[in-house]
Amino acid sequence: MTAPAPAPATMTTADDNVATSRPVSVARGYRFELVKLVSQWRIRLLVLACWIAPALFVAAVSRQSTLPSDTLFGRWMHATGWAGPLVMLGFAGTWALPLLTSVVAGDVFASEDRLGTWRHLLVAVRSPRRIFVAKALASLTVILLLVAGLACSSAAGGLASVGNQPLVGLDGHLLTPGDAAGGVLLAWVCALAPTLALAAIGLLGSVVLGRSPMGLLLPPVVALAMSVAQMLPLPVAVRLALPTYAFISWNGLFTSPAQLAPLLIGVAVSLVWAVLATVLAYVLFVRRDFTNPAYDGSGRRAITLGALPLVALTAVTVGAVALATPSTGSGIEQDKVQKSLATVFAHLYRLQTRQLHRPAVTEAQLRTTAACTKSDGQAAQEGAGNDWRCVVTWHLPGVAVAGTAIYQLDIASDGRFVADGDGPKEVNGYFLLRTSAGDAPNPLWQFDGDVELLDTH
Amino acid sequence: MDTLLAVRARGITKFFGDVVALDGVDLDVAQGQIHGLVGPNGAGKTTLLGLLLGLAVADSGGLEILGTPVGRRLAAPDGVAGFVDGPGLYPSLTARQNLAALAALRGRDARTAGIDEVLDEVGLTDVADDRARGFSLGMRQRLGLAAALLTRPRLLVLDEPSNGLDPAGKRHVHGVLTRLAADGTSTVLSSHRMDDLEALCSEVTIVATGRVVFSGPLSKLAAENRELDYRVRTSDPRAARGLAADTAGIRVVDDAGARHDAGLLVVRALVPALDELVVRLVHAGIAVRELAPVVSPLEAAFLALTEQQEAGR
Repeated sequence: MTAPAPAPATMTTADDNVATSRPVSVARGYRFELVKLVSQWRIRLLVLACWIAPALFVAAVSRQSTLPSDTLFGRWMHATGWAGPLVMLGFAGTWALPLLTSVVAGDVFASEDRLGTWRHLLVAVRSPRRIFVAKALASLTVILLLVAGLACSSAAGGLASVGNQPLVGLDGHLLTPGDAAGGVLLAWVCALAPTLALAAIGLLGSVVLGRSPMGLLLPPVVALAMSVAQMLPLPVAVRLALPTYAFISWNGLFTSPAQLAPLLIGVAVSLVWAVLATVLAYVLFVRRDFTNPAYDGSGRRAITLGALPLVALTAVTVGAVALATPSTGSGIEQDKVQKSLATVFAHLYRLQTRQLHRPAVTEAQLRTTAACTKSDGQAAQEGAGNDWRCVVTWHLPGVAVAGTAIYQLDIASDGRFVADGDGPKEVNGYFLLRTSAGDAPNPLWQFDGDVELLDTH
Repeated sequence: MDTLLAVRARGITKFFGDVVALDGVDLDVAQGQIHGLVGPNGAGKTTLLGLLLGLAVADSGGLEILGTPVGRRLAAPDGVAGFVDGPGLYPSLTARQNLAALAALRGRDARTAGIDEVLDEVGLTDVADDRARGFSLGMRQRLGLAAALLTRPRLLVLDEPSNGLDPAGKRHVHGVLTRLAADGTSTVLSSHRMDDLEALCSEVTIVATGRVVFSGPLSKLAAENRELDYRVRTSDPRAARGLAADTAGIRVVDDAGARHDAGLLVVRALVPALDELVVRLVHAGIAVRELAPVVSPLEAAFLALTEQQEAGR
């Protein structure tokens, strides 16, 4: 055995003075990451599917006799092409967007682990920081492309098959096609916020869990857990503190006036989650040991470091929302239910009046009120459930007797409700109206509504 | 006269938690030299190569690459290319696309980056437009080498580049490395294939349990070596066996190869005693048809030095 000879002089020529590392620019790294993503057949397939399938789905459903009336705006798919993209958004928020973010963002780091290419990438790019930024931007680009595809394709399918007609809002008022288009666009833009939060969770999972398939599953698992949470009778503050609430709160854009407070809170919470999860992913990524080829995740400590701040963020957000708003219970209270039902009924009554070619009335003339009880008055008069029964009363000009109609309400814990008419038959007891132009769907037979959970008025 | 060094490492130490991966490692690699790195699994070779590629930083010690001290930041110095634990390739891209993406990453136009030239150099022109997904290990190794060549490195760091190579592929790779060395590019090469190292390297460093147990020219390693086993095939095996038994410093080894081949004699000896045996065989009119070490001097030295190191722990 011999030791190396004493150190001879090292190279010090002028040419070698440039031997300090020069990282690849973020723009080049971004292009490189995009090339890699787009070369994957599953990404190509997703892009194609997102730009084609929604149009076909909306067009096909809009032409069917049975509509997806259990989905928000589904019952209006025969009436306007603008209902299609909203039905698609409701479906996307629950399933499609979490899955898309998992396939793109949830795999963008893990794929390098699977292929064993981290070292190659680091030698080529020379900066873990820039690799992170390039990967995050590339996955964001692909996700935006997919979301844009879902929105544009479903709108195109709806408009092509049904047409550019007015849309009935969640409180029954009629939106002009222009307003409906604006609302649809804004709703999809708002849904980007929770999508970004899920994408950031995907990045975090991909960094923390390495080649483990759990990294890929993290966004849909988180989204599913939060969807389940939204179905539980949670206090409003907890509901709004979850980043996926913006997948629901866009509904507020389709009432008059728009329910902006829960929408803005939901978007803000989502964006804070997106930023925090991305920062956590970044910190864990740049601290990673890239010399270990059998990397299967950052270990228990990193998982703790990744999860604890998000749990803490949820707790802080719950506290902040609870302090900032007076709503601490379920937010579904008797007077709000009555007010919401009466508003929707009045708007839709005017629509029915037009369909039947009766003399026009205004909401003010109708003076609609509703009296609702839950569980026949045997339980607390608040909260979600399908045991709400309401009697709606309205007045017509020149008629001494007030009209009444009965509704059974099924109110979900997120404030959405379906009102099911119980008669009289001429008003809301039958699904068809006999008009001079033939039978038409009765807008008062079944309709959707929305109880604003926050006490903002 | 000063020697120009591509790598100069002094007292490099690297820990992974409580595990000492490298323990005071010194390494000198001259410009234009192909330097072999040998050691058993877990000896610290990959860690050392990772330091040279900027994938990790040493906990202590000094490292200069291409004349520039390496800092505490993870980053490969300019002029260094290569791979450890296999080349990093993207299976959904073709060989050409892999190289084009890499060239674009470095800000070079794919049309003028010399992609066709490096593909030709490593013998992959015929499969340039095939996806890397279907490549064999040997083809992947060659594509990895092509990717490294694309950056026109002055220091090439290669981990097991001969893995999976067929004889033609091996000839390509050896040819490329020899030409690069002639052009002044230094190469640090780890391999378990002693024949490759002996064919390519002018100097080797043997690492065991994170320490350097030998570093220097191959010729010096052979001279420092102990007795070796040699295969001797002669025109008269019986007489040759008797002559070998009578020669001082020669021991006849009754190994498996000799048992199955009556014409083969295996002897254990130092080089001077072997020379004496050859002289005596010739004087006795016995033709020597084959004389070769059973294991290469490098492999024998490797086994001896690493076993010694293991025993000393």
